[in-house]
Amino acid sequence: MTMVSTPAWGDAQVSALDDDEVRRIRNDFPVLEQEINGKPLIYLDSGATSQNPRSVLEAEQEFYEQRNSAVHRGAHHLAVEATDAFEDARATVARFVGVQDDELVWTANATAGLNLLAYSFSNASVDRAAGGAERFALKPGDEVLVTEMEHHANLIPWQELCRRTGATLKYIPLDDAGALRLEEAARLMTSRTRILAFTHTSNVLGNINPVDVLVRMAREVGALVVLDACQSAPHLPLDFKALDVDFAVFSGHKMLGPTGIGAVYGRRELLNAMPPFLTGGSMITTVTMEEARYLPAPQRFEAGTPPISQAVALAAAVNYLSETGMRRIALREAELGQRLVTGLSAIDGVRVLGPGPGEERTGLAAFDVAGVHAHDVGQYLDNLGIAVRVGHHCAQPLHRRLGLSASTRASTYLYTTSEEVDLLVEAVAQVRPYFGVTASGAAS
Amino acid sequence: MSGLDSLYQQLILEHSRARTGADLASLPDVATGEPATGQGLTGQSHQLNPVCGDEITLRLSLGTAGDGQAVTEIHWDGEGCAISMASASILSEMAPGMSPLSFRHMIDHFRELMRSRGKLEADEELLQDAAALAGVAKYPARVKCAMLAWVAAEDALHQAEASQTAFRAL
Repeated sequence: MTMVSTPAWGDAQVSALDDDEVRRIRNDFPVLEQEINGKPLIYLDSGATSQNPRSVLEAEQEFYEQRNSAVHRGAHHLAVEATDAFEDARATVARFVGVQDDELVWTANATAGLNLLAYSFSNASVDRAAGGAERFALKPGDEVLVTEMEHHANLIPWQELCRRTGATLKYIPLDDAGALRLEEAARLMTSRTRILAFTHTSNVLGNINPVDVLVRMAREVGALVVLDACQSAPHLPLDFKALDVDFAVFSGHKMLGPTGIGAVYGRRELLNAMPPFLTGGSMITTVTMEEARYLPAPQRFEAGTPPISQAVALAAAVNYLSETGMRRIALREAELGQRLVTGLSAIDGVRVLGPGPGEERTGLAAFDVAGVHAHDVGQYLDNLGIAVRVGHHCAQPLHRRLGLSASTRASTYLYTTSEEVDLLVEAVAQVRPYFGVTASGAAS
Repeated sequence: MSGLDSLYQQLILEHSRARTGADLASLPDVATGEPATGQGLTGQSHQLNPVCGDEITLRLSLGTAGDGQAVTEIHWDGEGCAISMASASILSEMAPGMSPLSFRHMIDHFRELMRSRGKLEADEELLQDAAALAGVAKYPARVKCAMLAWVAAEDALHQAEASQTAFRAL
């Protein structure tokens, strides 16, 4: 299929998935058929982990039943079949995000991907002699720039990298509504900025950050751009080349795939100039007792036996997404996101974090219920069979900025019906009465 | 009673709103090794549940009662769900007057109850109001919420006793 080359997915020729289609889609997801506490499961936690269609489960099973073998070694038949399946999967997923096959490195998950980048830069910093690694080396005076809305996975690896190298970590602050303060971004982006790492869409706010604006700023100062696409790759049509980022990471289990697999995209010339992170088998050309030479990317970063069946299953997942149509999914989720924010905002004492009704938002909404802790909100909803995420969602600084320690998050996907969103909203409206909290937030 | 109502019993909801002992400042800061005459020893503990961010800072004072020692006061500051706040409130109400031995005995039983996944019956005589928290045991994800203040109190007691030992050693 043709890949979308711009993030403008609101195309007149494409319509959102409708409820009838969603009901058909649900038949492909066995886990959704169950009841919780005697109520049909309403799964609104896809932002944490999505569910798997049968085609993904079958792809993994078929691989183990028919083709299981190590890859990139062995001359036997199964080894060839497994290697083909593994590399075909890479090509499928690379195409899905608009990049070349050798620019996609498999990792265990997105966190592992971000650590791969940070540790490779760290290695470059201590071993400047490593060929071509100088451009990735950090030293005191250099700066890494992130944002105040990052998931801990796109914050702590950079904190640690800065601590090890003496570089300084800075962050683009948020306004009271949770949006990036771009005027501050422009001020913070200087010739000292070596790396800009930010999330495409926040896992809490549901906003979509202006990648083009930030990339332009980074280009002007020569900083490398790392995009956390964990929450966008599953939900928006993506083309990393069109977004013009240097690196991007995403996770398989958030996009209908299995756990245990994620990927790093990197521009080919960058990946091949970076020092390896994990070393060992499968990533070398010549090894002596004194030293080793390394393969080019992607194998350069894939030491040890990779997640083979997971790659095959992830390819089945992106095929499912592509066949459904990423633009149609994105439009559908934008509708659900609006339904969420509109419904939840109308409830007394409920504050939705991030963009308000009518503003651009993905298909998730995190909210605070005045006077009731998120854990209790989640427990109340679970009793009704509604699965949501509660807590800080691995974004403590963001919550602190918004004056909270925790929130409740409902996140949709292509299998979420409008009725499910409505049932959630109805249930949330009952939370404060149940816990005996009055309109003012005080105890009754 | 529905599952949810057995978790959030009226007593728990009441304690979560009107919190006994939720006034940390009213008990002076830890006076390690320097108990003023007539005053007890104070121990302090800070506990955090990293999963949900629930947090408590709890101070416990130890004084004399009859010919032995007893917990005199528990005061705390905390933020968290109804279960963790109610649990801290109930504990603060019950603890005063208990000897360290019986206080520990109660904590041990409560911990065992919480970890039982609902298989153990609460000893209502021992736990008093805290028996209302028995329903939490059926929700493994919430056990840490109920335990937060108890773990803090156990640690604070240890700190108070340790400061006493340190004082005696002077």
